Amino acid sequence: MEYTVVCKQLSKLYHQGDVTIAALNKVDLQIQKGGFVCLSGPSGSGKTTLLNMIGGLDHPTSGEIHVDGKRVDQMSKADMAEMRLRQLGFVFQAYNLIPVLSAHENVEFVMQLQGMDKKTRADKARAILKEVGLEGMERRRPAELSGGQQQRVAVARAMVSGPSLILADEPTANLDSVTAEMLLQMMRRLNDVHGTTFLISTHDKLVMSYAKRLIGLHDGEIVDDERRN
Amino acid sequence: MVDYLKLLLALGWRNLWRNRRRTFVILFAIALGVWSMVTMAAFMRGIIHQVVNDAINNLTGHIQIHAPQYRDDPVIEHSMTLPSAALQELLQKNEKIIAWSARVRVPAVIASERESSGVTLVGIDPSREKTLSFLFEATKKGRYLKDVEDKGVIIGRKLAERLQTGVGKRIVLMSQDRNNEIADRGFRIVGIFDATLESTELAYVFVGRSVVQKMLGMGQDISEIGIKTRDREVVDAVTAKLRQAAPRLDIQPWNVLQPLLQARVTINNGFTIIWFVVVFVAMGFGLVNTLLMAVFERTREFGLFQALGMRPRFILGQVMCEAFFLLLIGLAIGNLLSLLTLQIYSDGIDVSGLAKGAQMIGLSNVIPLTSQLNDVVVANALVIGLGLLASFYPAWRAARYVPVEAITRT
Ligand SMILES: Nc1ncnc2c1ncn2[C@@H]1O[C@H](COP(=O)(O)OP(=O)(O)OP(=O)(O)O)[C@@H](O)[C@H]1O
Ligand SMILES: [Mg+2]
Repeated sequence: MEYTVVCKQLSKLYHQGDVTIAALNKVDLQIQKGGFVCLSGPSGSGKTTLLNMIGGLDHPTSGEIHVDGKRVDQMSKADMAEMRLRQLGFVFQAYNLIPVLSAHENVEFVMQLQGMDKKTRADKARAILKEVGLEGMERRRPAELSGGQQQRVAVARAMVSGPSLILADEPTANLDSVTAEMLLQMMRRLNDVHGTTFLISTHDKLVMSYAKRLIGLHDGEIVDDERRN
Repeated sequence: MVDYLKLLLALGWRNLWRNRRRTFVILFAIALGVWSMVTMAAFMRGIIHQVVNDAINNLTGHIQIHAPQYRDDPVIEHSMTLPSAALQELLQKNEKIIAWSARVRVPAVIASERESSGVTLVGIDPSREKTLSFLFEATKKGRYLKDVEDKGVIIGRKLAERLQTGVGKRIVLMSQDRNNEIADRGFRIVGIFDATLESTELAYVFVGRSVVQKMLGMGQDISEIGIKTRDREVVDAVTAKLRQAAPRLDIQPWNVLQPLLQARVTINNGFTIIWFVVVFVAMGFGLVNTLLMAVFERTREFGLFQALGMRPRFILGQVMCEAFFLLLIGLAIGNLLSLLTLQIYSDGIDVSGLAKGAQMIGLSNVIPLTSQLNDVVVANALVIGLGLLASFYPAWRAARYVPVEAITRT
């Protein structure tokens, strides 16, 4: 069995004055390639913390993280940046896009960082924007797009260079349920078609209903792990 | 890589116009700074140019030749014979010399029926003096002297006022002659000159050279030869050549003849540099502050860049590009304004409102703006070079944000 993400005894402690908060407490987790995994739990349960650790945006206090078989927790900053660039896609709750770039340019941005040539880049960006249903809006700046459209651009950007894992932290939190459902359908389709692994955090029942696997987090510990198919 | 640079430039450029008002304010500050550097330098150069030119026109010339002791003690005993044929030929043929003339110059007392005053009596060759010094153009009332035998006298306007005399009236000039006797002679005033400085109008009295030579019994002897060269740059070369031709004479350039003038040139240059530094420091703080604000506002964005895998040094590069555009546009506007100012005031700035004060430090009423390419280049290089250096701090701050903190900040 191939795993995209493996966490072993992963802990993250925050110290506030005399109090130590365990945002993550000895988490063991394995996520299969091609998974569509939903991470749920109340506010403060450690969802964002876990995603950030896996994405190499932050360092764990202890434990191991492997993404695509590579130890993320021991990487240098430059290697982490390189991994984020080549293997990961991020979708945040909001402010995902670079305001001064158009939808097309936002999608192209990552490929530009990767050093992909102009023609390939433009073609790919056009294709993926079409795939997420934003044909004809390529020239618009983020401010000229609705919240749902912005999130779609963000997903398109995360997808475009074929990463092995997409980390989405409450991607639907700012969307109405109809728009949220459209975004989820789209992500599931991308997961089915391209086999990209998704790890999505949410409190939203709707999001959970789309999950192939549902992990419950509480006070930094995994309290529930349900697989459906 | 070129592609990457293009991306950074595009980001820098577009970010510049996100907060237009702030951008315009800092652009205005940079433009104003550059403008003030360039015009101030031109103004200072103008002052120096004028002071030096006035001195050179007021009988100093670019180079003077004297008998060895004359400059220590400018009395009649220290006069010299007419230049040798070889020296005369050199003066005549050197194409860097545009005018020269021999003068007699002695201390004297001038007296009208009512007043008397100490002056310098200058015996000139009127035709040669025309192109050498200010006198011909400055003789506004009456007439200029005809030749070395002309028995008339030209005095300054202020002196005429003080002596309560005028064109057509008679005055008496007294001086020591060759035999240490007091020689005196009556002259009729034929002309009155206006000088840029009142002190010049009070100091000099001009008559035909032969007339003075006869009056003081000095034969063909002279006190000095004044020389005007094509421009100030060739003075040293010409001086060297002349010294070679006449090793026993005292041959000196203007800056040795007028050491105070040389000091003022140095001080003025120093002042210009201080001005540059002051303006730049003020501008630099504005620039750094603006960029810091811009960077702070975009904390989240820089976190996003990092989350997407952009290396910190490219984030730094992006802010530097923004600074570069700011500086470039500011410079362009500043230089344009400077050009315009220099164009508008191409005839000089009239400072006659402050003329009383200006006269005291040896300035006339209109200061020409003299811009040197050199100053413009230095001002521009200073602003862009040090400006980029100063921008490094905000850029570094932007690159240093830890992604998770930057992203979670809302
Ligand atoms: N920088 C920090 N300093 C101190 N404590 C922190 C920090 N970041 C997170 N925490 C704490 O860690 C715990 C987990 O936070 P986390 O943001 O991962 O929760 P979450 O599940 O994403 O919550 P939410 O649903 O509200 O986004 C919380 O108790 C939080 O207060
Ligand atoms: Mg969270």
